[in-house]
Amino acid sequence: MSQKREAAIVGIYEYPSRDVEGKVSALQIKAHSAAKALEDAGLSWKDVDAIYDAGDGGGMSGLTIAEYFGIKPNVIDTTATGGSAYEFQAAHARRDIAAGRAKVALLTYGSTAHSNFAAIGVGGQGLHGASVQPSDNMESFSGSTLVANYAMVAQRHSHMYGTTPTQLAEISVATRMHAMRNPEAVQAMKDLEFLDIRETTIEDVVTSRIIADPLRLLECCMISDGGGAVVIASPEVARNCKKKPVWIIGSGEATKYPENGGDITTSAGAQSAPVAFADAGVSPSELDVAMIYDSFSITVLTILEDLGFCKKGEGGSYVEGGRLRFDRPNDGPALNTDGGGLSSNHPGMRGIFLLLEATRQLRGESTSQVENAKLAVAHGNGGMLGSRHTAGTIILGGD
Amino acid sequence: MAEQKAKTPRRTTPKLTELDTKQFWEATKDKVLSYQQCDDCKTVVFYPRAHCTGCTSGTLSWKTASGKGTVYSYSVVRQSYHPFYKQMVPYAVAWIDLDEGPRLMSNVVGIDDPSKDIKIGQKVELEWEDGETVNFPIFKVVS
Ligand SMILES: [Zn+2]
Repeated sequence: MSQKREAAIVGIYEYPSRDVEGKVSALQIKAHSAAKALEDAGLSWKDVDAIYDAGDGGGMSGLTIAEYFGIKPNVIDTTATGGSAYEFQAAHARRDIAAGRAKVALLTYGSTAHSNFAAIGVGGQGLHGASVQPSDNMESFSGSTLVANYAMVAQRHSHMYGTTPTQLAEISVATRMHAMRNPEAVQAMKDLEFLDIRETTIEDVVTSRIIADPLRLLECCMISDGGGAVVIASPEVARNCKKKPVWIIGSGEATKYPENGGDITTSAGAQSAPVAFADAGVSPSELDVAMIYDSFSITVLTILEDLGFCKKGEGGSYVEGGRLRFDRPNDGPALNTDGGGLSSNHPGMRGIFLLLEATRQLRGESTSQVENAKLAVAHGNGGMLGSRHTAGTIILGGD
Repeated sequence: MAEQKAKTPRRTTPKLTELDTKQFWEATKDKVLSYQQCDDCKTVVFYPRAHCTGCTSGTLSWKTASGKGTVYSYSVVRQSYHPFYKQMVPYAVAWIDLDEGPRLMSNVVGIDDPSKDIKIGQKVELEWEDGETVNFPIFKVVS
């Protein structure tokens, strides 16, 4: 392989607790995770010369986080595109490093969404600031919830392509199976008081309570606390780090929003993915691992199609028969081997965990390790699938 | 406040201080469903804006929609923590394609069972729900 080797993920850390009981702040989660990720790389604060922040540390986050960490970076990037922000930031870090503007980039995330009782999906408080966007001002009277927004994609997908609840359930079942192998995910489900912590069946999923038709409880992600950090470095730095580098070999970014006559069964991923695969010089069929933002089952199904693992409309039959499990390496990539947002953690912006688990896979450190994994995709979706959202696709290659 | 009393929960009400959408909501006071179209390139612009998204020189005119449309997609909300909407569950939210082109998010009402009686592709027509400051454009199934 003649992959571009301009920048690599050299340090990672996932904050273990999903319920900090209000005793730890988002900023503290970010700093703790940063320190641990730097340790993982064999680096320290003084080595960091670029920071990337999605605003979870508060207003003017580029300044806030630099002071809080006690560093003076040369590159400050505050790309905030929702849950996909970390894929955007990883792409920008690679670009900045390749351009010689930085050598060690630090991405962090911290959230106490669970402790704050943020009922993100079902009309709880806390999502709207003082000012209002024109789009919100037009749509909020309808009482559409975040879950209903995604559900409208599932409804339309089913109408267009005959996608069934049983097919969508495959995504939840495979993800839970991976979660049960990940002690941190099992602990998360205990801490968040899941009623039934075990592997699930398709029957379990399709008989669970409907939240917004057709999406059921076991197709919806959890709301946890959490966070993490990623350190990205130049090839020169990467060579001297403690773990083997995981190279960022491709990236793509895109937006999508409602258009008169538009198609909501196609996400922004249909624009970002071809760019990323062309950049990496690999095709979807070569991938071993797919880390896809699983806010809901339908998010994954739509994005599997948009990433090119199957044609538009064929996602339903593609996922059938347990194909997404980690122990089916000949059937295409394994999905969300950490347990995903459905069964491991979802503090609001899950994109960073996609990079973390993809890196573990390419290091050989996953609890659901895909044998001989060499290529992975991390695809973040930020905002809402059924209306307006961003997509960041990152292709990673092992050393 | 001392005189604070229990308020009847209300729909989330648009802010008339939002400058792009103010005129749309002002028109609902007269039960007019409006949208914009560019005089020059004929692009239908929705949600409302001060500029044309189809060309850089266009002048937008306000038009009145007939209120006839089609369900593009929908969902039935069964869980909400919002004080108004939680008392409405189960209720249908939908993307409605108006015959004139705009796609808007609204509700479909007047059906027995929202999980069975709404279909994608179904024809709907405008019905107004009275609000305190503005009126709300919602839709009923055309039988
Ligand atoms: Zn125009």
